[in-house]
Amino acid sequence: MKTKILRILEKNSQISTSEIAKMIGEPEASVVKAIAEMEADKVICGYGAIINWDKVTDEKVNAIIEVKVVPQRGSGFDRIANRIAKYDEVSSVYLMSGGNYDFFVEIQSKSMREVSEFVFNKLSALDSIQSTATHFVLKKYKDNGVILEDEKVDHREMLEI
Amino acid sequence: MRDFINDKLKTIKPSGIRKFFDIANKIPDCVSLGVGEPDFDTPWHITEEGIYSLEKGYTFYTSNQGMPELRDEIATWNKRKYDLNYTRDEIIVTCGGSEAIDIALRATTNPGDEVIILQPCYVCYEPDVILANGVAKIINLQEKNQFRLTPEELEAAITPKTKTLIMNFPNNPTGGIMEREDLEAIAEVIKKHDLLVISDEIYSELTYSSKHVSIGSLPGMKERTIIVNGFSKAYSMTGWRLGYVMGPEAIMNQMKKIHQFVIMCAATPSQYAGIEALKHGDEDIEKMKEEYDNRRHYLLAEFERLGLPCFEPKGAFYIFPNISKYGMTSEEFATDLLQKEHVVVVPGTAFGECGEGFVRISYAYSLDSLKEAIKRIEKYLKENF
Ligand SMILES: Cc1ncc(COP(=O)(O)O)c(C=O)c1O
Repeated sequence: MKTKILRILEKNSQISTSEIAKMIGEPEASVVKAIAEMEADKVICGYGAIINWDKVTDEKVNAIIEVKVVPQRGSGFDRIANRIAKYDEVSSVYLMSGGNYDFFVEIQSKSMREVSEFVFNKLSALDSIQSTATHFVLKKYKDNGVILEDEKVDHREMLEI
Repeated sequence: MRDFINDKLKTIKPSGIRKFFDIANKIPDCVSLGVGEPDFDTPWHITEEGIYSLEKGYTFYTSNQGMPELRDEIATWNKRKYDLNYTRDEIIVTCGGSEAIDIALRATTNPGDEVIILQPCYVCYEPDVILANGVAKIINLQEKNQFRLTPEELEAAITPKTKTLIMNFPNNPTGGIMEREDLEAIAEVIKKHDLLVISDEIYSELTYSSKHVSIGSLPGMKERTIIVNGFSKAYSMTGWRLGYVMGPEAIMNQMKKIHQFVIMCAATPSQYAGIEALKHGDEDIEKMKEEYDNRRHYLLAEFERLGLPCFEPKGAFYIFPNISKYGMTSEEFATDLLQKEHVVVVPGTAFGECGEGFVRISYAYSLDSLKEAIKRIEKYLKENF
């Protein structure tokens, strides 16, 4: 039941518990309980909206930074990753396999200048950072499983079948 | 001037609900629950195989029966899913299940042969029987039996002229299914009277909470069964026009001639896409099925809340609520609902006279559309009854 709930919420976090209950054919109380448990366990870590900021403002810049670090004794990658993650500009941090870098860091910021300041003054200044490579996002086509295009039209003809 | 039209054809009525949809098309804020095809895009990896095939220049006819590789995949898939045993020589790839039904009937019907049709049902069976010079005999399935066929009903409809039974489970328009025991019971009657079965299993993959059983997999049935299936519903590929028919080789060899002379072969890019679907499409089906199942549960719960009686459909993507308590015919109800609240549902009578008292609601629509439709239906029922 929990996986079914998660798959529904992943697509639409605004849906009500009574609707979820109807969709999976379970009592609403069980759905409420399951969601509360998953929130407590941090299986569900938050609820947000998928926004195409390009339509709202020019003052949004997305960048992806590849970061190479020297792992620290005792804590490996975790400590440094948690430090990077604390910055507000950072929207996600992943430890990656293969390649020539360790962390894949996504940044959301107001301008290219802000991004470069962040990289120079904050990121590169951290201990154990060896090198960084910054890539600016030119255009987003798909975000979080959603294709950022205008509304889908129903092309189906009304047939009598 | 002479009347050039074929007399048989003139006896076939044009669909009465076309004009109903024409009204709907003119209402801009209409919420339709009328369409009988999936709302999902064809999974991209399948579409892409079709595109690749064009890019590579595979724009020629294939073998009449369909590409051998596709027929082998069809055989493997049906073995894996339904324990059906067919080889490539027992399969013809067609332009959808629609062609398959037509050529199966034409290949097996002699003038005057009686073909039993279970109503309410998909609209093509009766015209196809008439065009094949057969005589359609109707069994009216009962809501109290969850629109399953019982051996008694079948027995009562059989005459010395009966040759064929057409059945379609999971069913359009009721959403009803037949489980193994139900099929076993009617298989006995079929064997006793030496009948042929044409089993339209186009919705086989959309069976909720149990596994689809094909009548062709029951002991002693393969030699008297023709199975129709296809890609339209399972893989959301209606516009690709791809389906197939499987049956005993002797029948298929004859049937092949009709296909060959009328169609040549199914569209080549569609066949390439079909191979990809069968090989790598299981997950796509699961995803779409879960979504349909959510919607099915949602509608059942909402209809219960609204006091709209409805038996639980276990397959396809239709719900067939009983509206008889409102004292209107299905057509009146559907027209009134359309005019007052701009919601399209299909009158049950579109699927046979015994559909009177029911409407068909398709849930091949997003949850948001279903929610909006429920809101309007609720308002309609409150204000009018
Ligand atoms: C019961 C049934 N059989 C066959 C078909 C035809 O499907 P195809 O697209 O494979 O021709 C349909 C389509 O709605 C159907 O509902």
